Amino acid sequence: MVASIVSTGLAIGCIYALIGITYNVMFSASRVFSFTAGTLGMLGGVLGSLFIARLGMPVEIGFLLALAGGVLLGIVTEIVAVRPVLKSLDQHLYVLSTLALALMVQQFTAIEWGTEARPFPRLFDIARGGFDQQFWLPMLACAAVIVGLELLYRHTLIGRAFLAIAEDTYAARALGLPERRLRMVSYALAGAIGALAGFAGGEMLLAFFGNGPMLTFYGFVPVALGGMGNNRGAVVAGLLLGLFQQTANFLVGGIFASVAVFTVFIIVLLARPEGLAGAALQRRV
Amino acid sequence: MDTPMANVRPGRADVLGATGTLGVALPFLALLVIGIAFPLFGGGYWGVIATRACVYWVLVSGLNLVVGFAGQIAIGWVALLTLGAYTTSVLVAGTVTPELSPYLALAIAALVGAIFGLIVGLPALRLRTFYFAITTLGFATIVTQVALAWQSVTGGGVGVAGPIFPKPFDSQWGFYYFCFGLAAICTWMTANIAASRFGRALTAIRDAEVAAEACGIAKPALLGAVFLFSGAVAAIAGGLFASLQSYITPDAFTLDLSVLFFIAILIGGRSSILGPLLGTILLTVLPEFAAPLVAWSTFLYAVLLLVIVLAMPGGIAELLDFKNRRPLESGRAIVPRPELLGRLLAAPADGGALMLEQVALAFGGVHAIDGLDLEIRSGQIHGLIGPNGSGKTTTLNVISGYYAQQSGTVRLNGASLPVLERHRRAHMRIARTFQTPRIVGSASVLQNVMIGGTIDGKCTFVESLLSLPRHRRDEVLLRDTAMLALAAVGLERLAPVRADRLQHSELRFTEIARALMLRPAFLLLDEPAAGLSAEEISRLAALVVAIARAGTGVLLVEHHADLIFDICHHVTVLNLGKNLAAGTPAEIRSHREVVNAYLGG
Repeated sequence: MVASIVSTGLAIGCIYALIGITYNVMFSASRVFSFTAGTLGMLGGVLGSLFIARLGMPVEIGFLLALAGGVLLGIVTEIVAVRPVLKSLDQHLYVLSTLALALMVQQFTAIEWGTEARPFPRLFDIARGGFDQQFWLPMLACAAVIVGLELLYRHTLIGRAFLAIAEDTYAARALGLPERRLRMVSYALAGAIGALAGFAGGEMLLAFFGNGPMLTFYGFVPVALGGMGNNRGAVVAGLLLGLFQQTANFLVGGIFASVAVFTVFIIVLLARPEGLAGAALQRRV
Repeated sequence: MDTPMANVRPGRADVLGATGTLGVALPFLALLVIGIAFPLFGGGYWGVIATRACVYWVLVSGLNLVVGFAGQIAIGWVALLTLGAYTTSVLVAGTVTPELSPYLALAIAALVGAIFGLIVGLPALRLRTFYFAITTLGFATIVTQVALAWQSVTGGGVGVAGPIFPKPFDSQWGFYYFCFGLAAICTWMTANIAASRFGRALTAIRDAEVAAEACGIAKPALLGAVFLFSGAVAAIAGGLFASLQSYITPDAFTLDLSVLFFIAILIGGRSSILGPLLGTILLTVLPEFAAPLVAWSTFLYAVLLLVIVLAMPGGIAELLDFKNRRPLESGRAIVPRPELLGRLLAAPADGGALMLEQVALAFGGVHAIDGLDLEIRSGQIHGLIGPNGSGKTTTLNVISGYYAQQSGTVRLNGASLPVLERHRRAHMRIARTFQTPRIVGSASVLQNVMIGGTIDGKCTFVESLLSLPRHRRDEVLLRDTAMLALAAVGLERLAPVRADRLQHSELRFTEIARALMLRPAFLLLDEPAAGLSAEEISRLAALVVAIARAGTGVLLVEHHADLIFDICHHVTVLNLGKNLAAGTPAEIRSHREVVNAYLGG
């Protein structure tokens, strides 16, 4: 029983953490949180099921196409919902524009794909049992993303340019960094990560249009608790969230588990609005 | 103070005001007549649509105060509709309690809704926009899950029958009139709030939160009241919704509905009642004209939301705002009438003082102010000059409570001022202006100035809601005082104009008028002459002198050395956070170090 709670909790936690990282990658490039983060996760599952199960493509091709779908939505988010409202960041119009885009994608999926949850194909032809692929796939994806981002940020020029933009956009622009193009690339990257989360977690979450708002909420919890833009914080908080949710699920049952998660989220946020890892106060006057 | 102010109010403004009131009420009256007469020409099915529009508006009217006025992005408000629907239905069905009358059940639902509205809304006090939006989204998800899983009470996926209201509201048109009546009452109540100091304070929190704090607006109490009200009407709408549907399951309360409510407000436009009302009617009726598009309706709403955010942030309300399309006269001048200040400012009898003693504040390793002494006396102008980064604005921010000093004290008439607690400063009659004017752009100049007098209103939120006599007295008094303040700074002709149409210099004088509404004992001016023409600066100088003569102590932070030397009684020169020199203008002008460091040889 404990083994099942731990493996399910960690796997779900990895999916939440990946969505959290999706939020973070977008945030670092633009100081904007986007409602499309969870939608990307939903899309990863639906596209994977569409390409592999329905259209019968090989797993590798389906995987790449699902990621490509995520990249596309990432870029569209940047062009349609983020870039036009960046000028007036203080009016928080991005909350509405990204919400509108997320709803459009969700409704489109609901109509074209259907409103019931469909199964996601098994990716590797190995027998079910014990520590199954549905558990280790999200963990593998999460580890790969963390290592990949770490290598990108520390050891490549473009990665350092990302960090420079995240640190101080104006200074980066003054240094001649192509801020707009880097922002676009960040959103494309975030799109791929979000789609990967949904693809790797497809077997657990199924290919379901309603996963969007669910992932948008649960994926934001690690961001809020781990600190904005802090990927390591997001992973730790995501894993804790997954374990907490599964434990509560086992102890008090499904509904009250979500009530418990929500309550803890609110209480922690009210006690520490800047997240457990903390962040500096903004100058207002 | 009850001398008639009519002589300072130019006749034209009166006329504008009168037609303005009628013009504002006319569309509502038209809708009222159409609504009452509706059964005469609406068929059976259209009756259901009309009833639904009324039910939605009951909810949207309350949500409008949260979203359109206070600017809090509450996207999960459907949760309160769900809560109200289930509470009413379950209480009337009598599965858990004895069967209750629908009216009593509706009242209990309103109470439950108010409490939950407060619980959902409270995080808005600490969390910023996106966090709050996500919180309401999470709440909506969870309420649906609970409705689905708590089978013994809610019937789970099978659902529960909605309440049926007794005669005469059991027929289709009877129920329609019941909902229509409630919708009309909600319109009236929220319009009252919109036109009260509470409505103005909400827009100030939305667009100029820092200025709202400086005016003494207590955000927790105000938002708390709004969330209680909004939750209550949302739950009432839920009870009506359940009765209209006649049977409810969790499926009926999707996030799509939340989106509809939310978008109705944004299409309508912020800080408007009529706009969101038209938006609600439009969004309820529109799908009926395009039957094949029903499946796509939420998709289209989302497209609409995107278009509005990107292309028309003002919504319907701005389209209908013909008054503010007329060009303003060009070459208009600000001509203050300082002689009116005597009536506006009641001179404090005591010769009080605002004192800083050895105040120090460092940001990291930078000593912004470092052991500063300063004394501002009633009726005198104290100039604070120094190069950029010498700590002038920081000093002002410590006095007005935006920064906490790390050592030293600020004393008002001998008593030490509490650290931070900026909204308490207004109650101590300390007013301020800002380097960049903080103004509610979508409100009129008059409304912006009236925001300054928020704490002097006597009536409660409920009194304003119901437009009781004390509310009306408050409004008359605030309006007259604001007109007087505007006349004193020379802007009374611009009173009805949207503030975002003003020139920079006019905004600076608007801020001074708003600060004067507090009848300040001490007025802190942060670079009021920046961006003004030479002529405007001399008028500003005369105005500031008159303000001091009326008994107010003024702290003037400025870069224009001429202005400082012309009008100040005392001058303090700062350099790197320390007193470089202090004394009369004549002493400063001949101070060797000051001349070297700042004024130039």
